[in-house]
Amino acid sequence: MKAAVISFPGSNGDYDLYKAVQLVGGTPTFVWHRDKGALKAYEAVLLPGGFSYGDYLRAGAIASLSPIMEEVVAFAKAGGPVVGICNGFQTLCEAHLLPGALIRNEALRFASKHVRVRVERTDTAFTTDYAKGQVLSIPIAHGEGNYEADKGTLERLEGEGRVVFRYVDAAGVATDAANPNGSWHNIAGIVNEAGNVIGMMPHPERAMETIVGSADGRALFTSLVGSLTSSLAGSA
Amino acid sequence: MSRYHLEVRVKPRPGLLDPQGKAIHGALRSLGWPEVDDVRVGKAIYLYVDASSEKDAIEKATAMCRKLLANPVTEDFEVALAGRLQGARA
Repeated sequence: MKAAVISFPGSNGDYDLYKAVQLVGGTPTFVWHRDKGALKAYEAVLLPGGFSYGDYLRAGAIASLSPIMEEVVAFAKAGGPVVGICNGFQTLCEAHLLPGALIRNEALRFASKHVRVRVERTDTAFTTDYAKGQVLSIPIAHGEGNYEADKGTLERLEGEGRVVFRYVDAAGVATDAANPNGSWHNIAGIVNEAGNVIGMMPHPERAMETIVGSADGRALFTSLVGSLTSSLAGSA
Repeated sequence: MSRYHLEVRVKPRPGLLDPQGKAIHGALRSLGWPEVDDVRVGKAIYLYVDASSEKDAIEKATAMCRKLLANPVTEDFEVALAGRLQGARA
């Protein structure tokens, strides 16, 4: 898997993503947000966590208008897989590749801890190596992860099964207590209508090896590698 | 062309949870203002824009709001003319 890891000024998860791609046998390349014509050579585009442009105005707002984002939008529209994690998720929402918005955590506190998320779907390019209903331990680190959307959008997301990850307790139940930021319906990650763009607040790239507390994020990257391999085999 | 001073007010949409407003509301009540019924926190953005007329200036600022300054999912905005400034360019 040749993966572009986009770096914005203020990104801090780009090195973690780079390493995560390497750990599953992929070939990562850093792509600076001002590089033009840079994405043609890649099979997947990854938007990292961090605080692009200092989160000024709104988290992800200014990054979403960076030169590279036009190409990310084109890449996504052509069906290429795009992963946005944390600030990357915020940026994808601001770029209208995903619906809704991420606002200030309900408790107003920055949340940095391991949380549990339940895998709601295993038929996306990002989740084939998980089991449906599997409960993962993955860290979060955000102040603006409170997923909001209008009622119609939420109904569509739920109706179309586009919620991929949901915050749950140890028993796998989506309770208020297990919700770290006040997100509607305990939403931790969603996909677009076509299923090739995912945004999530938890950091799977920081849960790649048991030595750092969890390797539950790994399957997201192996799923992506696997889906690219099978789609290439299918088109051959 | 004249230079116009515009004030853009961005505020959370009605019905949307505003955690900051909620926290400030709690603080005001605990400081002895139980009569405060609700608090919403928005932001003001001051723009200094060269435009051919007031209407042109407001139209430009409105376009900026749609593109960048406000997120229609969570925020409403208002554009107000705060004044025509000295030092206008010809």
